[in-house]
Amino acid sequence: MRRWDNRAWLGVLPVVLIVAFSAVVPLMTVVNYSVQDIFDLNNRLFVGFEWYRDTLRDPRFLEALLRQLGFSALVLAIEIPLGILVARNLPRRGASAGVWLVVLAIPLLIPWNVVGTIWQMFARPDIGLLGAGVNALGLDFNFTADPVDAWIVLLMMDVWHWTSLVALLAYAGLAAIPEPYYQAAELDGAGRWQVFRHVELPGLKPVLLIAGLLRLMDSLMIYTEPFVLTGGGPGSSTTFLSQHLTTMAVGQFDLGPAAAFSVLYFLVILLLCWLFYTAVMRSEDVEGGPGGH
Amino acid sequence: MAWMAWTWPTAAFFLCVALALAVLTVLELKVPTVQRRGWLPLATTRGDRFFISLLAAAFVHVSWLAFLDAPVYWATGLAVLLGAGLMRWG
Repeated sequence: MRRWDNRAWLGVLPVVLIVAFSAVVPLMTVVNYSVQDIFDLNNRLFVGFEWYRDTLRDPRFLEALLRQLGFSALVLAIEIPLGILVARNLPRRGASAGVWLVVLAIPLLIPWNVVGTIWQMFARPDIGLLGAGVNALGLDFNFTADPVDAWIVLLMMDVWHWTSLVALLAYAGLAAIPEPYYQAAELDGAGRWQVFRHVELPGLKPVLLIAGLLRLMDSLMIYTEPFVLTGGGPGSSTTFLSQHLTTMAVGQFDLGPAAAFSVLYFLVILLLCWLFYTAVMRSEDVEGGPGGH
Repeated sequence: MAWMAWTWPTAAFFLCVALALAVLTVLELKVPTVQRRGWLPLATTRGDRFFISLLAAAFVHVSWLAFLDAPVYWATGLAVLLGAGLMRWG
């Protein structure tokens, strides 16, 4: 008779406990709060799904959600191809390779509020190098008053801050592709595009999945940079879900509605990340996995 | 546990999820899952279908609350039927 040895499960017990206390228990608490009108533990009233209904029918929530989805889509559409392009053009060996990697890593080391401050000053229409420079060209640029300008600066800031992450991951992915693949492609007379499409892209898929997921999750949760750069304005044109949520929970102390908002926010992130992961994994199945061609 | 501000409905919900996970664990030990294709456009295991059922149930409720004023119990019934269908034929 076959005997099961389950002692290995004890090895994962610490991780289970840490995840339980850092993620599962807080999430359950938020769900509990979301169905109550609550000020403190002694003053609470069960209201069912009322806060969810209110939130889902609140135009400010829907507008913030649309802005959030648009921002994440733009971030992915710009940063993933740009990161791959940068990685492809980096030297693979020699002293300069190390220098480039360090230079690329610098934006990742800067705290988020500092990044917001840097770009706030850089883009100022009166004294900022970018803002004053664009105005000197005769264009009317003012990110504190024009929503389009605010979005452009916000996207430039995010691209500056995070494309390095995609580039470094893609660089590691490219470095892992065996040299004979390139030699075989060269013997077959493959051009640069064909080498990229049939050798590099399949090899990059696992790291691009990680890069895409990280950027998707992070862009969906963005808070500090836009808060420092624009404060959510002009008007509410750069107010994303996280800032709206913070105003509700901390500014207005509406704990019940903020909890319902949080659960909905979590569900949106969970759905999008699952769809992204499933779509990438499915395309890998269809194409036969990395290096399958 | 009082600091978590429990209510009976939320406690019942999490208990059901925990029980379902326990049942799935026992089932996995007794009858290991086999990846297969059904309604869904991807090959899934039993655990995948359970996760998709939970996600679908959440979004059935969200859609119901966003667009309809009828009692939410109808959404729960619909989510249970959808979940059962996904687990069996998904």
